[in-house]
Amino acid sequence: MKICVLVKEVPDAAVEKRIDPQTGRMDRSGERNLNPYDTHAIEAAMQVKEGGVVPVEEIVAVTMGPDTAVRALHKAVSLGADRSVHLSDPALSGSDVAATGYALAGVLERESPDLVLLGQQSDDGECYTIGAVVAEHLRMPSLTQVIKMDVAEGTLTCERQAEYGYDTVEVDLPAVISVGDAINEPRYPSLKAIMGAKKKPLETLDVAGAGLDATRVGAEGSQVDCGEFKAPPAKAGGTIIEDEDTSATVDQIVAWLDERKLI
Amino acid sequence: MNVLVYALHNDGAINKNSLGAVSAAAKAASDLGGEAHAVLVGGDDLTDELLGTLGAFGATKVYRVKGPEGLAQPVVDAMGTLMNDHGYDYAVFGGGLLGFEIGAGLAARVGGGVTMEVTGIAVEDGKLVAERPILGDSSISTSRYKGKGIVIGRLNAFEAQESGATAAVEDLEIELSDFSTRARMVKRGEQRGADVNIEDAKSLVAGGRGLGNKEGFEALEDLAGALGGAVAATRAVVDAGWYPYAAQIGQTGKTVAPKLYLAAGISGAIQHKVGMQASENIVAINKDANAPIFEFSDLGIVGDLNKIVPKLTEAIKAKKGS
Repeated sequence: MKICVLVKEVPDAAVEKRIDPQTGRMDRSGERNLNPYDTHAIEAAMQVKEGGVVPVEEIVAVTMGPDTAVRALHKAVSLGADRSVHLSDPALSGSDVAATGYALAGVLERESPDLVLLGQQSDDGECYTIGAVVAEHLRMPSLTQVIKMDVAEGTLTCERQAEYGYDTVEVDLPAVISVGDAINEPRYPSLKAIMGAKKKPLETLDVAGAGLDATRVGAEGSQVDCGEFKAPPAKAGGTIIEDEDTSATVDQIVAWLDERKLI
Repeated sequence: MNVLVYALHNDGAINKNSLGAVSAAAKAASDLGGEAHAVLVGGDDLTDELLGTLGAFGATKVYRVKGPEGLAQPVVDAMGTLMNDHGYDYAVFGGGLLGFEIGAGLAARVGGGVTMEVTGIAVEDGKLVAERPILGDSSISTSRYKGKGIVIGRLNAFEAQESGATAAVEDLEIELSDFSTRARMVKRGEQRGADVNIEDAKSLVAGGRGLGNKEGFEALEDLAGALGGAVAATRAVVDAGWYPYAAQIGQTGKTVAPKLYLAAGISGAIQHKVGMQASENIVAINKDANAPIFEFSDLGIVGDLNKIVPKLTEAIKAKKGS
């Protein structure tokens, strides 16, 4: 079995996210971390491999992004991926969700994986949709926000929380599964794995190299134009108490609640 | 132009967020000079009577499609057929999980654009435009579609508006894609944990991952007891098995609006916020001063909840006793 894991580089949580007013796109200059949700996808791949129910020949990390996104691939490899593929081309810049999903599906098609894993959402774009787009292009069954995944020969039994409670769904392979963060506790990479990550095979592809239709990617190939960024209605800021003396803090909370007749 | 809208159902009842989506689609369709047509995929519980009720929320026609329930791809097959062959340019979804999956797959199927977490739709120059808050709700962007467009609402963003009309029901037969039949629902809507009631509580004390472990909820139950309220939880801790699903707030849980919502160890992710932001008074205790929850709480305490919560419980008990 071959597993591909989709990963993404996102802004460090400590870096303030902003939109570049000139281009209307996310300013990604402060980015430097592997999307935390993706570490759960890599861990899930590793647990399938180590579980031994189905032999896993290879785990391949795949990303789309600028040159700096290589760091996300190095991190993915340090966490267990055997090699990585980097789709990078200035022509991809400004791709919306549908265009990004199309482009990633093109790379995945070349790999013909038995299982595609990804994190349930990216830390920056706040969307949970890329897996469904990729699955549609690959014509594979798909499920998102999976928190338990049992693998057998040719099928997965997945659990996830949906609108009415927990669903158990059986999915035939090959399939695209996005995992929730409750699925596992990702391991920390060893120092040796971090040092060795740059030596693992890394293939870089551009739009032509990946066999993609250039008219379907980038800002031109995207079907949604985002713009006119405006501020939401102003909300009065709340009171903030830094707890130094807990007894005093608690007195303040009680007084606040009492004033509003909440006690 | 007519607008397509998906309605999720379970056990013979239509989802409240879908009812809101139907009303939002009806308003947009009317501005486009057309009608809103709803789509439901399921089995025998899709009766004429149930489907007809969507008329009250603004749909003039309801397509009934026989297919598996609770899975996205069969719905993509149905709505993709309608958009590609029956002249619909826009599809609308209410907040929730399945709508995200269907909407994204549908965008790929019909070569359209998709916008999620939408809080408002309007019509400009004969085209649909969608507003979406981004960057932790610090900015609102406007999405315009070049061709076909999919709108996925944020939970509770679209309000259901009821009138007296009924809708015509039309059976639509479609062939499922080969890959749509390769996922099978084994068990749907399993309730995990005790069946607790949080919706009627005037005060809710909610716990998140910051509690550290399951036992952290004991202190919250004491505090809720002192306040005469109930305990709620985030998705993360429910998924981890720390607290019952019936007490979960947010995207795939409950929506509440108590007089007091006290959040302990909750960072305030959008998926949680959408389920509790209408609460009258929001108090947050979190050790991370940068937690998003402080941006929408009325009183925020930066500190260790393990130190603060027990003392707060005692102080409230003392206050009530005095």
